[in-house]
Amino acid sequence: MQQRVKEKALELLRNGTVDRVIGWKTGEFFYDLTPAVFETAEEIEKDFVFSGFSGANLSKYAIAQSRAAGKTAIFLKPCDSYSFQQLLKEHRILRENIYIVGIACEGMLDMEKIRAAGCEGVVSVKENGEELIVETLYGDRTLSRKDCLLERCAVCKSKKVVIFDEMLGEQGDEQETARFDRVAELEAMTPEERFAFWRGELSRCIRCNACRNVCPACSCEKCVFDNDKSGVRNKAAADPFEENLFHIIRAFHVAGRCTDCGECSRVCPQNIPLHLLNRKFIKDINELYGTYQAGADMETKSPLTDFTTDDCEPSIVHERGGVK
Amino acid sequence: MSVNEQFQPTIVAFCCNWCSYAGADLSGTNRLQYPANVKIIRIPCSCRLNPMFILRAFQRGADGVILCGCHPGDCHYTTGNYYARRRMTLLFSMLDFMGIERGRTRVEWVSAAEGAKFAATMNEFVETITKLGPNRRLEDLRCSKE
Repeated sequence: MQQRVKEKALELLRNGTVDRVIGWKTGEFFYDLTPAVFETAEEIEKDFVFSGFSGANLSKYAIAQSRAAGKTAIFLKPCDSYSFQQLLKEHRILRENIYIVGIACEGMLDMEKIRAAGCEGVVSVKENGEELIVETLYGDRTLSRKDCLLERCAVCKSKKVVIFDEMLGEQGDEQETARFDRVAELEAMTPEERFAFWRGELSRCIRCNACRNVCPACSCEKCVFDNDKSGVRNKAAADPFEENLFHIIRAFHVAGRCTDCGECSRVCPQNIPLHLLNRKFIKDINELYGTYQAGADMETKSPLTDFTTDDCEPSIVHERGGVK
Repeated sequence: MSVNEQFQPTIVAFCCNWCSYAGADLSGTNRLQYPANVKIIRIPCSCRLNPMFILRAFQRGADGVILCGCHPGDCHYTTGNYYARRRMTLLFSMLDFMGIERGRTRVEWVSAAEGAKFAATMNEFVETITKLGPNRRLEDLRCSKE
């Protein structure tokens, strides 16, 4: 697959189907792949990489690139395709300027988990089916791929690429997952425990805004948090209130549009489980207003821009878990 | 903020211009009493309430926030309060998820004819918040009153 993706990128550029390709290139380290736009075959030959570390969701880059002259090819893994379709639904992407290559996905890797498995001084990681051969300064190690997946891949919701012009590999299906288990666990705690849990997590926030900038659903030209008069300082750890406010509002602004692609948690330098906030909204929406998956299709109305006359009252929140 | 050692909460009530604000007015003209802890902010429609307003109210020292709007189906703009209802449900659920005490936030539908309901709701809400005590989990220390 790794070679096929690169060859496809070269082929599309050489035969003139597209003028540029959005893909991944190596960053400072081999596991640190960053999104990049390639305009020549030479650049692709030199820098283009697709591997288990190509976790980055490219769909957001299509917003700007679809407005550039000519056509752009983009590679979408299943979860990225949901984000792409959601952006398309919101009229953020000019579809006619984009050529989509869907990629079948076996789950992306998390370097933190490889390190946690006791691998120090990792030089390279070779993917061999269900096995990972980790080459370190102290000799080779073999790990199981499924133990080293990103959190979102370990509870993958769908292997289906929902929108594509061409598909590399087998099309998959939506699947049952345990992705709401952690949210349910937290819901079962007392408010005091939950407050302590979130203080512990959110007090680590350094307000680098990576979660906001990477989020495909967060694509406003001007963000509320960039407003000097918003009363939010946009600085690290001013006090507990601001951390709460930032994360509540960030998650709220993408509620009903978040496809649960998990990018927010993947990029967080402080490893805050931000996806739990988004999933809480998704879980609530599913329970209160019917199952909804953002980006799964082009027609269904988003739950927050829709209503029924017999919706539940907000007091349901206080009744649901008993009186506390 | 303590008078005679008893905790006096600050309550912010967002009232829609067409029903609840008129309802509050009616409770005044009817000389129904409700506590002075309630500070009313008039908004054009319950749907105007940005979730950030609620959080900002807590930041600036509110101990409880209540949103009053027209009864569902009676919105001056036809559907505003239906959207507000969904938004507030999700927001309150998130506040609960973050461990903020339940009961600090509330939504009540009060029509222009329900002056008595307005006064009763406010009396009850102030009582609830007084029992809960000062808002400590969503306060901004820089804006602290003490």
